[in-house]
Amino acid sequence: MKELFPPKQVMGFVLSLTLTVVALSVYFLNMSFAVGMTVLLVTAFVQAGLQLVVFMHAGESEDKAAIYTNVYYGLALALITVFGTLLAMVWDM
Amino acid sequence: MDYFDRFAIPHPSPVIYASMVAIGITVLAIIAGLTYFKKWGYLWREWLTTVDHKRIGIMYLISALLMLFRGGVDAIMLRAQLSVPENKLLDAQHYNEIFSTHGVVMILFMAMPFIIALMNFVVPLQIGARDVAFPRLNALSFWLFFMGAMLFNISFVVGGSPDAGWTSYFPLAGNEFSESVGTNYYMIAIQIAGIGTLMTGINFMTTILRMRAPGMTLMKMPMFTWSSLITNLIIVFAFPVLTVTLAMGTMDRLFGTNFFTTDNGGMDMLWANLFWVWGHPEVYILILPAFGIYSEVISTFARRNLYGYKSMVASMVAISFLSFLVWAHHFFTMGQGALTNSIFSITTMAIAVPTGVKIFNWLLTLWKGKIVITTPMLYSLLFIPLFTLGGVTGVMLGMSAADYQYHNTMFLVAHFHMVIIPGVIFAMLAGLTYYWPKMFGFMLNERIGKWAAWLIAIGTLVAFMPMFFSGLDGQARRMYTYSESTGFGIYNMISFIGALVLAVGFVLIVYNIYYSTRYASRDISSDPWDARSLEWATHTPVPEYNFAILPQVNSTEALWDAKKKGHVLFKGEYEKIHMPNNSGVPFIMGCIFFAWGFSFVFGMWIPLILTTIGIFACMALRSFEKDHGRYISVEEIEETETKLRGAN
Ligand code: HEM
Ligand SMILES: [Cu+2]
Repeated sequence: MKELFPPKQVMGFVLSLTLTVVALSVYFLNMSFAVGMTVLLVTAFVQAGLQLVVFMHAGESEDKAAIYTNVYYGLALALITVFGTLLAMVWDM
Repeated sequence: MDYFDRFAIPHPSPVIYASMVAIGITVLAIIAGLTYFKKWGYLWREWLTTVDHKRIGIMYLISALLMLFRGGVDAIMLRAQLSVPENKLLDAQHYNEIFSTHGVVMILFMAMPFIIALMNFVVPLQIGARDVAFPRLNALSFWLFFMGAMLFNISFVVGGSPDAGWTSYFPLAGNEFSESVGTNYYMIAIQIAGIGTLMTGINFMTTILRMRAPGMTLMKMPMFTWSSLITNLIIVFAFPVLTVTLAMGTMDRLFGTNFFTTDNGGMDMLWANLFWVWGHPEVYILILPAFGIYSEVISTFARRNLYGYKSMVASMVAISFLSFLVWAHHFFTMGQGALTNSIFSITTMAIAVPTGVKIFNWLLTLWKGKIVITTPMLYSLLFIPLFTLGGVTGVMLGMSAADYQYHNTMFLVAHFHMVIIPGVIFAMLAGLTYYWPKMFGFMLNERIGKWAAWLIAIGTLVAFMPMFFSGLDGQARRMYTYSESTGFGIYNMISFIGALVLAVGFVLIVYNIYYSTRYASRDISSDPWDARSLEWATHTPVPEYNFAILPQVNSTEALWDAKKKGHVLFKGEYEKIHMPNNSGVPFIMGCIFFAWGFSFVFGMWIPLILTTIGIFACMALRSFEKDHGRYISVEEIEETETKLRGAN
């Protein structure tokens, strides 16, 4: 049974479905823009991390260090791009 | 007939009709030639279906050279139009189309494939691998790039070329101001080629991180491999932005969305912003592999190891990060406040620091070296002073307050040509000459090569130096003509002469290829330059498996140590070698993508749906296909090795 249903993957699957439902609720429930955005951002990042670690086995090979370095690097660049854009296009216009 | 009206050129002229005839004749000649010489089978078996990184590299190279001439003809037309005031050679619309296609062709369809050509050919050899990590994906990358480039090129004769600049800023690029399908071509052709490039990025990162020869730690990798690793890292992080931006632009043009419109909540400036989020890293994608080539060439012909290996690596890592922090310097004048402009000014100037570190490392490598001036070395030596001119003016542009004066003048045009030509093009020509013997088994003529190098260097200076002055005098870029009283005439005349000198230089390179193919000796060693890294440790021509035995590495200059210090590279017995099978799917998928793009450009929805299904069918086929590759037996290896050893 354990081989057919590895607990880590099963839990991951349930969690990722839950995250999807929570994200979808933003569309169906009535909430303010700020709350909706927060819910979407949090669920998106947790979801991405979950997929990477549980289903794409990011931490399970000898390339662990290279993979995580790349992920953090990409994350840093994404944040810089988003906040830089907000600065140039909205906040400082 | 109404249906076919959409394919007509909205703004025809004799030049375009002549090109149609020329394209028709060339296609017929190629088909007739292949049939007459019975080469269809050869073409299919050896090239169209190949997954061998060396052959894919050569196909990239040929495409890049073809596009160099397409872009070069554009350039000559632009300079000819501006050579005298109030010239009537081209009208405004044609001028717009030509500078737009010139920019796209040169950056995306010439410089990029040229770089990827050298990366494909050299990196697996340099790290002692037998191919890239995903050979079939590599073939798909090539065919997507190639079909994207071809789709872009036919815009000239079918439906109309893009005319909103290579930057394609909205609202100009929106439906309101760009009515023809030209900008659709821009969005979709670059999209297709860009997806290919993104795949290359993933492929080469995996290859370099996973497939190095035993003993080659990261800090023992040759410098070109390092620069390729960093370049591909930037590709992986920058190209998705382009993909998304182009998709948004496509939707605005074809599906009536409002991302970049001026009303309904759209934001036209967002295009400029996103374009440069990709665009500035892109200029470093171009320059870093060029730096890698210079590092290889300079240490080979200064006959010593590269000075400051660690600082070279550190400066490239720093550049890769900083290159994502500076994009707003391309629109200092768009209206954001002093705070933003100051931040991006500082990051921009900071990027000159690691670039300077590299320049000094090369100078110090040369300093104690025994310099041999070959053609590749000549390009590298010419690069240093010329590129510095471009770099220094870049720092001038980077001061946001001063940029209000320089922005969108010929000064800017001079800046980026002075960095891209000495930086990227010289490097590619150096790399071409340097790796030519490994690729084709003979050397290019040195005398003609040096003539070409000098002509191109002089042509660059004559063509682009005057633009600094006319730019400071107020000549705007992208203006199709100017009046005599402006006094720009003389500068532009000199520029035109420089452009002609450049053209002669490039024609000389073609002549050199022809001349050397006919007359050069085929009796050369596998290491004709007395070089230092692994790509020269295997035979010429390189057998399809690259190395019969995988090399053992314990320094940054494995081959040099093998030659001078008696280090043994190849230990052990032959074993059977696992190689990937050829496949026609990447080529077919490329063709479907071409039809897909064409349908998209013209909004022909039924063919678009059919081709989309075709693309998914190819992917499904690949997922369910069982292809475990094939083995080359020990006897076969022995046979090849004996034959090749005899050849040397
Ligand atoms: C020393 C480093 C460099 C600095 C500080 C620098 C700075 C700048 C700045 C501030 C601009 C925008 C100016 C304006 O629009 O008014 C610019 C434009 C440009 N730069 Fe550089 N640059 C540098 C190196 C390079 C390199 C290495 C390349 C390419 C290989 C390059 C390619 C370009 C291109 C293509 C444009 C203009 C694109 C356009 O508007 O069409 N630059 N540069
Ligand atoms: Cu830039």
